[in-house]
Amino acid sequence: MDRPIRVLVAKPGLDGHDRGAKVIARSLRDAGMEVIYTGLRQTPEQIVAAAIQEDVDVVALSILSGAHNHLFPKVVNLLREEGVDDMLIIGGGVIPEDDIPFLIESGVESVFTPGTPTKDVVEFIKENLKR
Amino acid sequence: MFDNEKLGEIKNSVDIWEREVVEKTVSRFPERKQNFTTGSNSDVDRLYTPLDIEDLDYENDLGLPGEYPFTRGVQPTMYRGRLWTMRQYAGFASAEESNKRYKYLLEQGQTGLSVAFDLPTQIGYDSDNGLSEGEVGKVGVAIDSLKDMEVLFDGIPLDKVSTSMTINSPASILLAMYIAVAEKQGVSKDKLRGTIQNDILKEYIARGTYIFPPEPSMRLITNIFEYCSKEVPQWNTISISGYHIREAGSTAAQEVAFTLADGIAYVEAAIKAGLDVDDFGPRLSFFFNAHNDLLEEVAKYRAARRLWAKIMKERFKAENPKSMQLKFHTQTAGSTLTAQQPDNNIIRVTIQTLAAVLGGTQSLHTNSRDEALALPTEDSVMIALRTQQVVAHEAGVTETVDPLAGSYYVESLTDRIEQEATKYIETIDELGGAPKAIEKGYIQKEIQNAAYRYQMEVESLDRIVVGVNKFHIEESEKKELLKVDKTVEINQREKLADLRKERDNQEVERTLGVLKEKAETDENLMPYILDAVKAYGTLGEIADVLREVFGEYEQSVIL
Amino acid sequence: MNIEEKIKKGHKRTCARLITMLESNDNEAIEIIKSHYKSTGGAYVIGVTGPPGAGKSTLTDKLAKELLKQNKKIGIIAIDPTSPFSGGAILGDRIRMNDLSLNKNVFIRSMGTRGSLGGMSNATWGATKILDIFGYDYIFIETVGVGQSEVDIVKTADTVLMVMVPNLGDDIQAIKAGIMEIADVFAINKSDLDGADKTKVEVEMNLDLNEDMDYRPPVVKVSASKNEDIDVLLENILAHRKYLEDTKQLKENRIRNNKLELLKMVEEDLMSLILDRAVKDDLLDKLAKDITLKETDPYTAKETIIRLIRNNP
Repeated sequence: MDRPIRVLVAKPGLDGHDRGAKVIARSLRDAGMEVIYTGLRQTPEQIVAAAIQEDVDVVALSILSGAHNHLFPKVVNLLREEGVDDMLIIGGGVIPEDDIPFLIESGVESVFTPGTPTKDVVEFIKENLKR
Repeated sequence: MFDNEKLGEIKNSVDIWEREVVEKTVSRFPERKQNFTTGSNSDVDRLYTPLDIEDLDYENDLGLPGEYPFTRGVQPTMYRGRLWTMRQYAGFASAEESNKRYKYLLEQGQTGLSVAFDLPTQIGYDSDNGLSEGEVGKVGVAIDSLKDMEVLFDGIPLDKVSTSMTINSPASILLAMYIAVAEKQGVSKDKLRGTIQNDILKEYIARGTYIFPPEPSMRLITNIFEYCSKEVPQWNTISISGYHIREAGSTAAQEVAFTLADGIAYVEAAIKAGLDVDDFGPRLSFFFNAHNDLLEEVAKYRAARRLWAKIMKERFKAENPKSMQLKFHTQTAGSTLTAQQPDNNIIRVTIQTLAAVLGGTQSLHTNSRDEALALPTEDSVMIALRTQQVVAHEAGVTETVDPLAGSYYVESLTDRIEQEATKYIETIDELGGAPKAIEKGYIQKEIQNAAYRYQMEVESLDRIVVGVNKFHIEESEKKELLKVDKTVEINQREKLADLRKERDNQEVERTLGVLKEKAETDENLMPYILDAVKAYGTLGEIADVLREVFGEYEQSVIL
Repeated sequence: MNIEEKIKKGHKRTCARLITMLESNDNEAIEIIKSHYKSTGGAYVIGVTGPPGAGKSTLTDKLAKELLKQNKKIGIIAIDPTSPFSGGAILGDRIRMNDLSLNKNVFIRSMGTRGSLGGMSNATWGATKILDIFGYDYIFIETVGVGQSEVDIVKTADTVLMVMVPNLGDDIQAIKAGIMEIADVFAINKSDLDGADKTKVEVEMNLDLNEDMDYRPPVVKVSASKNEDIDVLLENILAHRKYLEDTKQLKENRIRNNKLELLKMVEEDLMSLILDRAVKDDLLDKLAKDITLKETDPYTAKETIIRLIRNNP
């Protein structure tokens, strides 16, 4: 089965800084993936509904407001409640190093901070896909 | 500026130099790369000479400081008279804590306040709204009602400071709160000085804190223009912002173009609402970014000033020279700060400060070194402020007006940026103006393309970012970062619950009812918003009334 | 929960996964369609097409909301082009329907065209069958643009809605070519713009050219973003449905469409059979090279391939 990898790129929370999310979306497309972009201000519930209906392989969350400790685990938990355990969940944004261990423990599998080359994200996805 | 004979001689010697001297040198010592470009990816030549500015007409293109077309600055003496306002954007957590930070900054010699609000406040949600979860107090101070605003400015005399508020969609509500606090301090409206950002178009383009659709948003903006021109005459009613456009990844020329295109839309809206261009023109202010490419940035500010002066004079027939002056605030570029080796950011901010000052800014915020990681600590904020003070008092760049004028390179860059921006504005005009160009996604798409190209340049090492794609080190030490804890959100909710019990709820209902009624007419809404604010109606309640009448904006995303 | 219960309960994750499986021709999914085919046919398929920027997604969103008021279950398939260079795609139509995501009676799926034309309409067809089995009453298939591939995708819909905007200029000429004929309802979106009336007249004039119609497609002015006259548009779509049902044309159309689909499916399988069996060992590449070098000619090369297929049944 060599269908394209499907990725949901989502911005939970209220911040409007989508430069990173859009650059990532394009890079993933250029790496041959199908990217579903949700736009700004998505609630965790909306993100989970979209991830399920789109049957994506990867959920990529971007946040720059500092609300990551609240919103990232919420998305993970809601997915778990829906019985989803085969999606790769990754996060990115302005995220202090101190917070990363907590996020990883909550089920976000990798956190990408500013300055990460997009190809690193592409590689991580390809290597850690769960299907 | 040069006579033809002289130019001919120069051309001759340049030709010979290129053929004989340069070629020989390059064949033995090749240049570092094939193409040299500015930070915005424009080609840079090896050498600039009078040939590059042969069409420059001093009187028409540069003029004298304080005179049309204001290329050299909006005041005759610039920093010899008064330095720029050092204005650090600050605000976090609760009104109490932000109030403390403001007092600290004023003690350190800061000369104006700049209020950062949290995202729920910027989008018109109270702290107890479900959508505010996790966001309260995070990127700025949480303001739910006049109560919070009273605490925020406690002990700060509002007739003595000038206050800038980064607030857009609900600008009218926050301005009303500011006016109400002043009244309680016994300060009348005409004594108030400051700025509200109030620039909705760039929210649609780049920053994302919109609430209402364009039409009612533009109406709120012109309501403020009109109200302030009569009641709060010293207030800058809008800060037309290129900052966030640049942060979203635009080039320098795009920053100028899209900002001025937004400016044109506001002027048109105000004229359409029956205002005279010279009534509100002098109260328009601008807000630009300062990036690392020092000379390109200086040229950018100069080009923006010249272009705006022409637009106001020629397109809108302004007569008051003050309407033609592009006055601007600058902030150093957050997007250039790196999480890697954050102390390097101090140096970046220094270069950017020089750019803003050599470009003739009216006020400046310098970013703190740790902003790629979190909100700045007090120590970092101090270094950022000191950077401005060192440039102001030790670097010597403030002693004469527009010191880089006449540089062949800077003048030619200034021309080029003006031309590129003019072309963009023409395209936007053809699309029907900035609001239409935004609706079609044209402006967003142009910015995204530039942002993507930049990222690819960095990844292919065509562009070096120190500490990121070159000159790495192993970083182990933990940096001390500012954390906003969860208690802020809990406290804010409790305060709201108390407020809803204590206040005169009938009066709140009544004022909100009137506001709703008036929102459906063409009347200026400022007085009714002020009434609701004074009755301690919350930000969310007032915004909800307007949402009901105006509807909400739906993002137009073109990828 | 076993699969039958999941289908009965409308379990969205199962529905989504089945669509994915069908896209890859997975046998399990095909078996499910086979065993549930009798229960299909309840879903009414609306194809939405029109030039980029006409506001198709927003209009689909508004029509879906209108149908939700009638307690209907809505499936939406939003198609965006796949990049021919990378094989990737950015699927952004969902943005305009985000608040529908959470509605328990709505299912939205984005799809990339993934290069192959036949493959795309197969995948769309499969997705509609799955949604049909899961009890969705109305299924919108929304395409980008008005090219031939879009026409092929939407023309198998029961009702084709053509969305237009004022001031298209020359574009209207291009649209006339393939798509005016297949549209059953026209929506002139952004009715508040100058030129909306003019566009309406132009479309009407075009329809006038075709005199002997039993059914004349209505032309409705709407504003999706302002939510104006969406109900009128929906009435017209439902009227078209009623017309098809009353005149038994719905059945005839579906027979015709099924024939097309069947052909396409056979075609696709045949092609892969051919490529798998007969034309392996880079024969195709070799023949192409030989043709270019004049070592053979196209007709002889074709005959070589056909002979190979005949000899390897």
